[in-house]
Amino acid sequence: MPYHEYQVIGRRKPTETDKNPKIFRMRIFATNEVVAKSRFWYFINKTQKIKKTAGEILSVNEIYDKKPQNIKNFGISLRYHSRSNQVNIYKEYRDLTRTGAVTKLLTDMGGRHRTTYRRMQIMEVKAVTPKETRRASTRQFHDSKIKFPLPHRVLRAPRKRYDSLFQAKRPITHFR
Amino acid sequence: VMSLFTRFVEIGRVVLVNYGPYEGKIAVIIDVIDQNTALVSGPQKITGVPRHAISFKRMSLTDIKINIERSVRQKALIKAFTEGQVLEKWEKTSWAKKRAARVKRANMNDFDRFKAMLAKKRKSHIVQDAQRKLIKASRTK
Repeated sequence: MPYHEYQVIGRRKPTETDKNPKIFRMRIFATNEVVAKSRFWYFINKTQKIKKTAGEILSVNEIYDKKPQNIKNFGISLRYHSRSNQVNIYKEYRDLTRTGAVTKLLTDMGGRHRTTYRRMQIMEVKAVTPKETRRASTRQFHDSKIKFPLPHRVLRAPRKRYDSLFQAKRPITHFR
Repeated sequence: VMSLFTRFVEIGRVVLVNYGPYEGKIAVIIDVIDQNTALVSGPQKITGVPRHAISFKRMSLTDIKINIERSVRQKALIKAFTEGQVLEKWEKTSWAKKRAARVKRANMNDFDRFKAMLAKKRKSHIVQDAQRKLIKASRTK
């Protein structure tokens, strides 16, 4: 599922006593604006004494990467609820965009820890320099002369309609 | 054993895109994102493949390789691509020729098929003539 990054800006509703309440801004990863606004209120509720009924959202904008054609190493700090307790972890992903990295993160977390979007709080998504990366799995791609074969290659038909259940010959899975 | 492999994923490797909107086009690996994805570019002006991320599952490695820097930009890529004569090298390979022949065959009309039939007949006639001569020559020996 493609995730988008939204900037949600909101505040407590202005009253007679408080004409200019403090404005809060959050960067939320969500699949759509509705979910983004909902998560905004979830976080604001937890950190401030503002409920959705007492507040107003001033704007929701989608944020895009400045350079979506450059590969970056994203270090993501995360807090998630596992079945027994909450855990803080730091994970790294290499991708072109922040949303790409977060999409990878969410599928990875779902696979490894069986957590879902709603049980996770993404605290920080930061593009780190190769020197600052902490994981060997990310570091292994920091090689300007990177070279590896594709040992076991399962080729598939160029279009789904050409996929066949049975084949006349065994496929060759190497040297391609 | 690495020596058994001849085609590697490396920066500058020319690949054939197998699946997706750029299917059938060739592109160059500019960088490796992670173990499933590479950053690839046509260059767009020459082959039509823009600079984008593509899975290794969607490409086939070829024997052609050019010398480029990691994450090179379009201008330098076009220069290396044309200097390396990649398109010419690719079109000369039997792989590319087979693909082109398949396309040609699929686009034949009835007249083309008629011409092909006549050509096949002529060819088999020449081959059988030569064969008959050889058999006769070996028999009279």
